[in-house]
Amino acid sequence: MPEVAFWQGNEAIAYGALAAGCRFFGGYPITPSSEIAEIMAERLPKLNGRFIQMEDEIAGIAATIGGSIAGMKSLTATSGPGFSLKQENLGFAYIAEIPIVVVDVMRGGPSTGLPTKAAQQDVMQARWGTHGDHGTICYAPASVQECYEVTVKAFNAAERYRQPILILSDEVIGHMREKVVVPEIDPSTLTERKRPVDIPEKFVPYRPDPKDDLPCMASFGDGYTWHITGLTHNDWGFPTNNAEEIEKKMKRLMRKVDRFRDDIVEYETESVGDAEVVVLAYGSVARSSLRAVHDARVRGIKAGFFRPVTLWPFPDKEIEKLARKVKTIIVPELNCGQMVLEVERAVHGKAKVLPVNLVNGELFKPEEILAVIEEVA
Amino acid sequence: MPSQEVFSWLRTRFFPHIWCPGCGHGIIMHALLRALVALKKKKSETVIASGIGCSSRMAGYIDACTVHTTHGRSLAFATGIKLAKPELTVIDVMGDGDCTAIGGNHFIHACRRNIDITAIVMNNNIYGMTGGQASPTTPVGSIATTTPYGAIDPSFDVCRLAEGAGASYVARSTIANPKQAEQFIMNGIKKKGFSVVEIMTHCHTTFGRKNNRRTPIDNVNFFKNNSVPLAKAKEMSEEELAGKIITGEFVNRNIPEYTEQYLALIENVRGK
Repeated sequence: MPEVAFWQGNEAIAYGALAAGCRFFGGYPITPSSEIAEIMAERLPKLNGRFIQMEDEIAGIAATIGGSIAGMKSLTATSGPGFSLKQENLGFAYIAEIPIVVVDVMRGGPSTGLPTKAAQQDVMQARWGTHGDHGTICYAPASVQECYEVTVKAFNAAERYRQPILILSDEVIGHMREKVVVPEIDPSTLTERKRPVDIPEKFVPYRPDPKDDLPCMASFGDGYTWHITGLTHNDWGFPTNNAEEIEKKMKRLMRKVDRFRDDIVEYETESVGDAEVVVLAYGSVARSSLRAVHDARVRGIKAGFFRPVTLWPFPDKEIEKLARKVKTIIVPELNCGQMVLEVERAVHGKAKVLPVNLVNGELFKPEEILAVIEEVA
Repeated sequence: MPSQEVFSWLRTRFFPHIWCPGCGHGIIMHALLRALVALKKKKSETVIASGIGCSSRMAGYIDACTVHTTHGRSLAFATGIKLAKPELTVIDVMGDGDCTAIGGNHFIHACRRNIDITAIVMNNNIYGMTGGQASPTTPVGSIATTTPYGAIDPSFDVCRLAEGAGASYVARSTIANPKQAEQFIMNGIKKKGFSVVEIMTHCHTTFGRKNNRRTPIDNVNFFKNNSVPLAKAKEMSEEELAGKIITGEFVNRNIPEYTEQYLALIENVRGK
């Protein structure tokens, strides 16, 4: 019998991380994500793991990267202002190719903004927040159940692709309580870091495996000596100003996500087969949107629902295909119009794209979205 | 010339290094490597973390588990590594800007936590890599590119800062006394707890040029003529000590170390 729990989204992320094999958490208190840190502080020592509350958000992610360098699956969690502070070392994890998972439980911004209110204003920051080019993998769970599931996936992806993975939850999902059927996770199904097979003298830390184009990684203390740097480096991890080596590194960083895009992208649809109007939403907004679509169907409107589970990479090909069959795509968001830009890029004029935005700290009511559906139907 | 054993710790294939001829950082790297050899450390069990700046490039030249992190943050990375694997010897090499300006918060909290890391602070009183801007250790009145009329803000005393923040071991030497620097580094590594070894060095290229210490030799002589051992300093007045560099071991105390405390906590929690 699988365990049935009644959790908040933040709790589900913490328990999902532990089930995925996470044994290190470095962080700093911030609303509305602190429950994740609190659970990790309580649970990790019992599993011979490590929890450390650092002096600030920057140090929280730095210690988390350190934990991963030493071989532990590592997590940090934060919210808006903290996510801003973490961008510097997030970039370090991208270029140095260190697997970590970063949770951002979104609240209203800019700045201190609305610590206890829901928003979806960090979705572009998740993609472009740190300076420089890199591929991004980012999950946006829409239920407590999914918080658990995407956290397990995020750890698997971090270890497989050797890069940071983001989870963008929001205040509603983070603090909402729901029934969760806790999946029984067979540890053998978890992705473990690809370790070097070469003897230490022959280990080249950033040389991609010809089989999957991804480099393996030794941990500090495993008998290997190697260099990690935030400077652009060659296969040996040593800083380079050589144009050929720089290009090789940058292209491979981008390829990590591009090449495996179809394996990574996840989305959910409902009633899109004959739909004329589709509501495209993610995170907490997807919940009021789905209800609105159901209500519209009851009223005889051919409404459908599309929910990206991965915001990055964005399911653009799938949305383009959908756009060929529908008249209008409504994009409700708790921001002033961020992911709608990606929808417009994907749709490329094939259907009408209608942004609906709410930035007053509240979640959409289903009837507000239904009213828009009725208007365009 | 370095001994054969010291030489084996160098990644010579990555040479030439970026330091200017006559830079003091090489003297410090040599002192560190001699200390590691003397303590019979294994390369694969030794971590060298660093931040950003000329001194922080040292990590790349040492054949160990090396991580060249972001500006000022190296102690936070090193804390994560040490906590995950307390059996590793963790050394953090950084400059004065890295340690006391952008990394000041990480520095005081590493001292407070008293985690078993040895921080080697190479203090050349200036931001060298970016061309000679004033740092929090630039002495009042000194000329830097960002203090063209002389620095007016008081400078930090790295050792007093470390002592006040709770480090286990705090010492200061200069590049004019490499044997002493080596001894203090060794003592710092052996000490269970957070150790700070400040080594006064020079940037003749940017600081010296503007402050009458043009050549490396001028700087070595400056350190020789202005260093005062701690015992002697105790007998001197504040006026006599003005502009002097007090060298020696300021703190050597036995206080609970962070990873030992955490492992004990684990044992305690799991035993229940």
